[in-house]
Amino acid sequence: MRLGYFPGCSLHGTAREYEESLKAVAAALHIELEEIRDWACCGATSAHATSRTLGVALPARTLMQAEKQNLDRIFAPCAACYNRLASAQHALAHDATMASQIRSILDYSPKTSVSIINIAQLLSAQAGEIQKNSKAPLNGLKIACYYGCLLVRPPEVCKFDDPEAPNSLDHIVSATGAAPVAWDMALECCGGGFSLSRTASVVRLSRAILKSARSAGAHALAVACPMCHSNLDFRQQAINKRNRDGEAMPILFLSQLVGLSLGLDPIQLGLHRHFVSPQPLLDRIGMGKLQPERREQV
Amino acid sequence: MSRIGVFICHCGENIGRTVDCVRVAHNLENVPGVVHSIDYKYMCSDPGQALIKQAIRELQLDGVVVGACSPHMHEKTFRKAAAAAGLNPYLCEMANLREHCSWIHEDRERATDKAIGLARFMVEKIKYNRPLATIRIPVERRALVIGGGIAGIQAALDIADGGREVILVEKEPSIGGHMSQLSETFPTLDCSQCILTPRMVEVAQHPNIQLLAYSEVESVEGYIGNFQVKIRRKARSVDEIKCNGCGECQKNCPNQKIPGEFDRGLGMRTAIYVPFPQAVPNIPVIDRAKCAFYRGKAKGVKKAVCGKCAEVCGPKAIDFDQQDSFVTEEVGAIVVATGYQLYSIGKAQESETLRGYGEYGYGAIPDVIDGLQFERLASASGPTGGKILRPSDGKEPKTIVFLQCIGSRDRAKGIEYCSKICCMYVAKHAILYHHKVDHGRAIVFYLDIRAGGKGYDEFVRRAIEESHALYLRGRVSRLFRNGDTICVHGVDTLSGEPVAIDADMVVLATAMRAQPDIASLAQKLSISYDRHGFLNEAHPKLRPVETNTAGVYLAGACQSPRDIPDSVAMASAAAAKVLGLFSNELLEREPLIARVDQLACTGCFHCERVCPYGAIERKQLKDGKGRVIKIVAEVNQGVCQGCGTCQATCPSKSVELEGFTDEQVYAAVNAL
Repeated sequence: MRLGYFPGCSLHGTAREYEESLKAVAAALHIELEEIRDWACCGATSAHATSRTLGVALPARTLMQAEKQNLDRIFAPCAACYNRLASAQHALAHDATMASQIRSILDYSPKTSVSIINIAQLLSAQAGEIQKNSKAPLNGLKIACYYGCLLVRPPEVCKFDDPEAPNSLDHIVSATGAAPVAWDMALECCGGGFSLSRTASVVRLSRAILKSARSAGAHALAVACPMCHSNLDFRQQAINKRNRDGEAMPILFLSQLVGLSLGLDPIQLGLHRHFVSPQPLLDRIGMGKLQPERREQV
Repeated sequence: MSRIGVFICHCGENIGRTVDCVRVAHNLENVPGVVHSIDYKYMCSDPGQALIKQAIRELQLDGVVVGACSPHMHEKTFRKAAAAAGLNPYLCEMANLREHCSWIHEDRERATDKAIGLARFMVEKIKYNRPLATIRIPVERRALVIGGGIAGIQAALDIADGGREVILVEKEPSIGGHMSQLSETFPTLDCSQCILTPRMVEVAQHPNIQLLAYSEVESVEGYIGNFQVKIRRKARSVDEIKCNGCGECQKNCPNQKIPGEFDRGLGMRTAIYVPFPQAVPNIPVIDRAKCAFYRGKAKGVKKAVCGKCAEVCGPKAIDFDQQDSFVTEEVGAIVVATGYQLYSIGKAQESETLRGYGEYGYGAIPDVIDGLQFERLASASGPTGGKILRPSDGKEPKTIVFLQCIGSRDRAKGIEYCSKICCMYVAKHAILYHHKVDHGRAIVFYLDIRAGGKGYDEFVRRAIEESHALYLRGRVSRLFRNGDTICVHGVDTLSGEPVAIDADMVVLATAMRAQPDIASLAQKLSISYDRHGFLNEAHPKLRPVETNTAGVYLAGACQSPRDIPDSVAMASAAAAKVLGLFSNELLEREPLIARVDQLACTGCFHCERVCPYGAIERKQLKDGKGRVIKIVAEVNQGVCQGCGTCQATCPSKSVELEGFTDEQVYAAVNAL
């Protein structure tokens, strides 16, 4: 399977481990990721909060690049990137005024037939393969699947899974052998892009999510968005220091969990790059030590 | 040569403003066959009609063309006037100079030319009109009522009290419908069962009512005054005549743990059961999917696995071998009163759009219930004996939150309409809760309060002021489980503040939806329904209980969401229509129907295949010795609606539509 790959800024920066784990998992599942040439920012947060046109034009340009590269499916691992690309495509298909504006900006008329998929769609289609190739099933792990706000919503744009009671991530986590827990905050906001500008809000919102996962008995949180990851992982120390809520909760990318079940090396999956060490989790399933000396600064 | 009179109406200023009526009348004078042509301010007024009558008598007119408004408006008026003057009413036609001309044009000159054209069109047509006679068909003066809820009960009783026989068909084992599940009724708080059960008993005892419970309409043939209805009597597995309703079978049934439909899953029933103690008829039915005897048989076990009910039954009424049976009844009118279903927002839905509300956890959080479930909790005959107790742990909820408009007015769910009853029953629930739970706190999230009706707004104020329900305007975004309470996250849009409430129980006021199998019933009856599945009335204002199929009437929530008073009023209205129809032995109808030239008919029966009403019948033509010469088509005068499809289809041109024959239409078109 050949997929157009749109890494977005995070996967080349703060969420390196997401890209590392994805590439390792993709190789194991025989999925070919072909990076879109000369891709641009997806327009998340700053662009679409400033100008709707810019928020559509930027991802539309990426769609144009993908078309020129003859890619008919684009995989956007970051939930925000996915949402921007899908929203732009929706706007091009349903908003004639916007579509003509974009055509004149790009001097190109993007088709709206390219399919854009996120990690939940990609891996739930592969759930059978994951289970079949599982070398180290994660039996005994309890995982809270965190969807966040952008992965399945708005429904008219995403058109997959239930926007209020989704289960695609749970489905994938089950395929790894781990048990998804029933919990309340799977769709609540983590604070998103306000990590720096309104840190207190992010701490308050992310804390509620961590508390809920902990009370549901989860050993770790599985996420599908670099922004959610950074809020829940990077801000967790501050949250715990202030509130003494309980033990630290490792935050893993979905691809890392899948990689572990496929028997891939934790270092190759970038598990050593998290602020909250997933070592207790690895101990629980009898995996090796993450070498502290190999921990690099991002 | 024809002697036609033309009468051009100004309709006050309506036509006269745009059309030069004087010029129209003058122009028509010169048309061959026209012997009289005048204009007048109001042709439909008494003096106007007198002009027509006078002209018919004095000039021996053999055709009248009135150039006025739409025939929908006044064709009957003018035909009656013509008939009064001794002219066959079908020799009077109207040219529509108002809706088709003056109202839609501005240029006076050209509008006048068009009016002349329209009038000439009718003059040429009428030259070929034939005198027609009103069709009279016999009426079977018995009625069928489909649905035994409050609307069906009321309609059946009214018709029966009017002296006509009624067959009442109910698909459930007992009549009573949704009303029998309710605790109290708004806005008077009288007990639903107390006012309903006497009516149910009256139905069972009325000499003019034949009650067929646990039965469904299988097929409907015929037409107004002459319907043949085939009814499926579903196998109860209990002999209705032998059974004395003692209840021993239920006491002894080993399967006591089946979630009961009547209690909306909050109470248990047995495999052989009567839905509720006041059921009419009080005859049990065996749920074959749950009964050990049938399950054993289905698995191929030779020996009877269970037969407890048959063992204890004194009158030996249990009949395990009973099969569905069919009866055919002749009726003259049908009242449809099939009611509604409540939108259940659980995960299983028939369509993608209806799925959703996952944020409320209905089905996953046991103390999130719907309005009808709350009714069962509040009902003295309900599973808790009328105490408000949580399904999860049987504790009394100290804080209860009601959410209005769940599904209703939600375009994303495809339910754009207001369900009409929820504002009122939520207010009722808040009041009942206040009466039953000491120091309880009721909170209502609403979008708008719609309390139009006698005593309705006062009732909502009572919930707020006397029962201290806290009404918050806004939506709830999500329900979280928080230990054994439910955390309600919502917004109060009047203060603009988000709110979080720890509730012990949440009640969802879900939408009223059309019955799931309404399409198949509508097809059997040839009546139409809207995109939500509610049956269509013939006219939303002027013919609210009739349908477009003559002889079929509507009552209650099958037509749109309705409360009890509305349903009862509608049922009485439908009954009045039925009794009106039954007041004559013969039914009169317009003769504008298809007619087959039986000599020309080749018997290909294309007409039979295209007729939307099933009006074409086969007739054998015989010679003097009784030998069949050929089989030809014949039109059933009672069924034909005069649509003309057969006329357009007939390859040998042997079908004509009275009033719109080819001759008439060609002559009219040639006049343009």
